[in-house]
Amino acid sequence: MIAVADRRAPRDPDFDELAAIAHELRIDVLKMLNLSASGHPGGSLGMADVFTTLFFGGHLAIDPQDPTWAERDRFVLSNGHICPILYAILARLGTFPRDDLWTLRKLGSNLQGHPDFHHTKGVDACTGSLGNGVSVALGMALSARIQNKDWRVYVGSSDGESQEGQVWEMATAAVHHKVDNLTLLLDWNGIQIDGFTKDVMDVGDLRAKFETFGWHAVEVDGHDMRAVNDALNAAKQVQGKPQAILCRTVLGKPISFMENVAKWHGVAPDDDQLAQALTELGTAP
Amino acid sequence: MATTTEAPAVKTVATRESYGKALAEIGALRTDVIVLDADLSGSTKTNVFAKQFPERFFNMGVAEANMIGTASGLAHTGLTVFASSFAMFAVGKAFEQVRQEVALPNVSVKICASHAGVTTGEDGASHQMLEDLAIMRVLPNMTVIVPADGNEAEQAVRAAAETSGPFYVRLSRMKTPLFLPSDYRFEIGKAAKLRDGNDITLIGTGVTAYQCVLAGEQLAAQGTSARVLNMATIKPLDVEAVVAAARETGGIVTVEEHQRAGGLGSAVCEVVAESHPCNVTRLGMQDRFGESGPGDQLLEHFGLTAPAIVAAANTLLEKNR
Ligand SMILES: Cc1ncc(C[n+]2csc(CCOP(=O)(O)OP(=O)(O)O)c2C)c(N)n1
Ligand SMILES: [Mg+2]
Repeated sequence: MIAVADRRAPRDPDFDELAAIAHELRIDVLKMLNLSASGHPGGSLGMADVFTTLFFGGHLAIDPQDPTWAERDRFVLSNGHICPILYAILARLGTFPRDDLWTLRKLGSNLQGHPDFHHTKGVDACTGSLGNGVSVALGMALSARIQNKDWRVYVGSSDGESQEGQVWEMATAAVHHKVDNLTLLLDWNGIQIDGFTKDVMDVGDLRAKFETFGWHAVEVDGHDMRAVNDALNAAKQVQGKPQAILCRTVLGKPISFMENVAKWHGVAPDDDQLAQALTELGTAP
Repeated sequence: MATTTEAPAVKTVATRESYGKALAEIGALRTDVIVLDADLSGSTKTNVFAKQFPERFFNMGVAEANMIGTASGLAHTGLTVFASSFAMFAVGKAFEQVRQEVALPNVSVKICASHAGVTTGEDGASHQMLEDLAIMRVLPNMTVIVPADGNEAEQAVRAAAETSGPFYVRLSRMKTPLFLPSDYRFEIGKAAKLRDGNDITLIGTGVTAYQCVLAGEQLAAQGTSARVLNMATIKPLDVEAVVAAARETGGIVTVEEHQRAGGLGSAVCEVVAESHPCNVTRLGMQDRFGESGPGDQLLEHFGLTAPAIVAAANTLLEKNR
């Protein structure tokens, strides 16, 4: 679907269209989670704008009809628990039938509680145990150099995940090996399961940390698609080092009762909550 | 035939909830008890202790390897430390730290991990720990316990607190029946005979012990006298009870929500192969990972409920005839 001709060329998407897509993806996510009665809405809603810009802004060279195309750019969702937004994106791209969305987390479903490529077309890695996916992404990125390929690798991560030492092992190794086809998109929402990150285990200034480790590191408003797009365009120009885009987001955005409330990290909306959320999004339940 | 869903209405509780309750009770009696968690205190139920004794609770964030190492350091100085997360991460992610800094120095770190097995449910394969018994029971100094219900979980946690050295207590997310008799006494290293019989022995551990009880009743209805053992301690295994089962009933069916390789079934086979060979059928995960779905449906799907146990027992009886 997306031309491979120049993977580094800047993209200039229609931001009104992207906003409309993100809006519809959020509706899908809420409906999916209501039906599955378990799962993680907070980060899924919070990263909707970032991932919409990535997938629908033309940044990824992938073929939704041929999800295992060998030359594709890779996307690894290392904070695998927010896979509902990834599944909604893949369904919208036509990688698998839209009706699969309503089977999330049920026995026999193609859509597992955490990403697993054995079950789900378009998923590039098995993730869910925090800390692991970032290293898998590094390996995929390094492989392009070894095999003389030009795919890029994008990896989703989070502030909670950055508490895992493995993230910093990866961060050190990626710089040491001068991997520059790796872009990390980190959900910096200040929340994890047990509460605010500053209370549970303060991770400090993540932008400064990545920069100190030797990364190209920028902080963006994760709900400003123009800023995210600019950051993605700039990342592709960086040579000789990996890039981290630290996305300041609001967990649960824009649902009033979910925004910035840790409980909504991993609780599915019941019927009433879904109705209220959909009303807030201006759509009938 | 009765299944988990059709079972008679008994009070249910998840063993992780009983852990949280017991831990808070222990905390009230002993100031040397420290609790660590890795951003899952609401799920592992250490939040009960955390609320009552905030100065003795440390949230270590999503960083299990460091949590186990820190627990070890605390224990080196004489404290009794409980460390909790999901089984997948507490022993999966941190296995090397568990081996080098808990088992090897032989310190009092009690790893009480929830969300073990397929009954973890909807989170799917990445969160369903199915290999923990295999890797934990081979560690020197480690005691491995899988409580069958909430009552036993409370007793097991108390026993872990009172006994020095490393413990692994495997806990479940899913609510399961409180089926053990009220005068039930848990003892480390002792199998509990929940039903006597001499045609065959069914051995369960954790949530499958109740399924073995149901299977024992169904076998009785067809005229087969099945012995039912609750093997709450995987290490040290109750060798005497296993040998007696082999000698007196001539056939054993083991049931666990764990890989068939390396867990309860393997431990039982090791004993009978050396001491009193008999036919053993191991029910467990058939060299595969789990998947998403409700816990009770998964238990049935993977052949770990009473009907599958009865069928396996009948096949084994046929083989022995
Ligand atoms: C290794 C590991 N430990 C623990 C967990 C359980 N867990 C799932 S999400 C999560 C919190 C992660 O924080 P973050 O990604 O910032 O959460 P969000 O912002 O999406 O609410 C934890 C501890 C896990 N999936 N993997
Ligand atoms: Mg977060």
